[in-house]
Amino acid sequence: MALLSKKDTNLILDPLADNNPITIQVLGICSALAITAELQASVVMAISVIFVMGVGNVVISLLRNVIPSKIRIIVQLVVVATLVIMVDQVLKAFAYELSKTLGAFVGLIITNCIIMGRFEAFALGNGPWRSFLDGIGNALGYGVILVIVGFFRELLGTGTLFGIPVLGDPIAKTGLYSIGYENNGFMIIPPAALIVVGILIWIQRSRNKALIEEA
Amino acid sequence: MKEKLHQLKLKYQGKKMAPAFNAIHTFLYSPNETTHSGSHIRAVDDLKRTMNTVIMALVPCLLFGIFNAGYQHYSAINGFPENFSVLEHFITWDNFWIGAITVLPLVIVSYGVGLAIEFVFAVIKGHEVEEGYLVTGMLVPLIVPVDTPLWMLAVAVAFGVVIGKEVFGGTGMNILNPALTIRAFLFFAYPTWMSGDKVWVHEAVERAGTADAISGETILGYLAQGNTADMTEKYDIAEMFFGFIPGSVGETSTFLILLGGLFLIFTKIASWRIMVSAVIGSLVMGLIFNGIVDAEWIPEYSKFYGLMQFDFWQHLIVGGLAFGIVYMATDPVTGSQTYKGKWIYGFLIGFLSVMIRVFNPGYPEGVFLAILLMNVFAPTIDHYVVQGNVRRRMKRLKNATILPKPSDGKTEQLKVETV
Repeated sequence: MALLSKKDTNLILDPLADNNPITIQVLGICSALAITAELQASVVMAISVIFVMGVGNVVISLLRNVIPSKIRIIVQLVVVATLVIMVDQVLKAFAYELSKTLGAFVGLIITNCIIMGRFEAFALGNGPWRSFLDGIGNALGYGVILVIVGFFRELLGTGTLFGIPVLGDPIAKTGLYSIGYENNGFMIIPPAALIVVGILIWIQRSRNKALIEEA
Repeated sequence: MKEKLHQLKLKYQGKKMAPAFNAIHTFLYSPNETTHSGSHIRAVDDLKRTMNTVIMALVPCLLFGIFNAGYQHYSAINGFPENFSVLEHFITWDNFWIGAITVLPLVIVSYGVGLAIEFVFAVIKGHEVEEGYLVTGMLVPLIVPVDTPLWMLAVAVAFGVVIGKEVFGGTGMNILNPALTIRAFLFFAYPTWMSGDKVWVHEAVERAGTADAISGETILGYLAQGNTADMTEKYDIAEMFFGFIPGSVGETSTFLILLGGLFLIFTKIASWRIMVSAVIGSLVMGLIFNGIVDAEWIPEYSKFYGLMQFDFWQHLIVGGLAFGIVYMATDPVTGSQTYKGKWIYGFLIGFLSVMIRVFNPGYPEGVFLAILLMNVFAPTIDHYVVQGNVRRRMKRLKNATILPKPSDGKTEQLKVETV
């Protein structure tokens, strides 16, 4: 049984590793640095982007033959803005606290280079099904990095995961804290995300030398 | 012994662990390799010699730091001695013992972790172990508070060596001074252990809040809290200069740092231009702040008042400014390379250090931040110095009148070219 042909599978799998939007194309760094201090925010952001990209790519792909190319950027912006506002409203309605944490960054999904990049590079030239897979794949690639970075930053920075203490209580000095461990305040500030992303890039490129760019 | 090691080296050439072996080998003996082509100068002032010279300049600071750790500890408990005498109250076995059990573990952890990482990277990448960490490993324990937990230091050293140095390609390629990267990491990651009035004296943290609580704030911390009362009530100038004050382990004694600095200048290891210009820079900034206070532009209740009214020249004898200028700013790798660039680089380090000191609300010390910032700008400064030089010479060439020469001799031609 082949639900997806090999070519279609690659549309999803490539952006997860060897063509990752963050670590290879170095797009979408802004939000990756800003909201990854907590794992929960990272996951919500990843899901939002998956929704926006999946649906957006399909819409653009369906419209691709009727969009005049001169105004295509405006059309793309309208589509992505609509979707982002939907995400924003849903978050405000059902997860108000979280939407406050994410703040402007949900709105700024509009400017996420990955989204506009995939609209331009893929959805305008491919059918809806493949565009959908491409959108999901790239958003997943983005989400994976967000979740990895969020995991390490929250674990090392505040000693929690999804807000649940996993290393003990820093005030009552239980768990790891009883032997002198302390949270790393550096991990909470955005420069730490840059360094974690940098380390991921480093690891990925040293495992696959073909990815190393010419100097 | 020497011969045997050479034979062993040949035997293991090209093996995976060869760099690790060679590192220890060349540490003990100068290698027996000779070059095969071109002309070379054989000199003994290699990287290892350079590093050892700096370490020699640091040893007095380390020893002083060991005694001072004990002295501050006992003074905080028993009160500062009346009629202080160095031999009676400072160089004692008690002080040495406290210092040894607190400072030496810092040195061991710093070297152990840092060198282990250097060896691992050398083996993975297959290059020789570079000596760059020898100085960094000695600097690190001297610029942290005495009670820094050892695991924190280990984490910070690992971070500093990997992110500060190895990712750029190892010794000689780094943009930031690794020792200061380590210090900055500690400061941002564990601020409660790096600043405040309890971390500078051994055991002060444990005693905080109990009946035995002892105070050990630094002079800068004291001023930053708005204490404008005359500092001489607490410490006199001589104490600040000779270093019998709380602070990071090895940076308190301006006197010994001065001697170390002179030694480094005399041996031509460190640049006197950077040192002099950094001192000038800090004096200028201090004078500006003093001027603001004298002109009464700033009210006494301002939180910057305490540090602003501090005599401009005293900035040099408290805190880490002198240590930073002598041992950190002069790092040949991360500093400016051109003579003019060194003047600019040094001046801005001194200038910014004092500025950050006064304006940093959380932590009244700015030397490490100023030096790291200028490390980043050093290549830019050099670039513009070089460009300026090129432009000036081009102009000179354009304006040079090439006189018709009686004979087309080679010497004439050379003269024109070298105008």
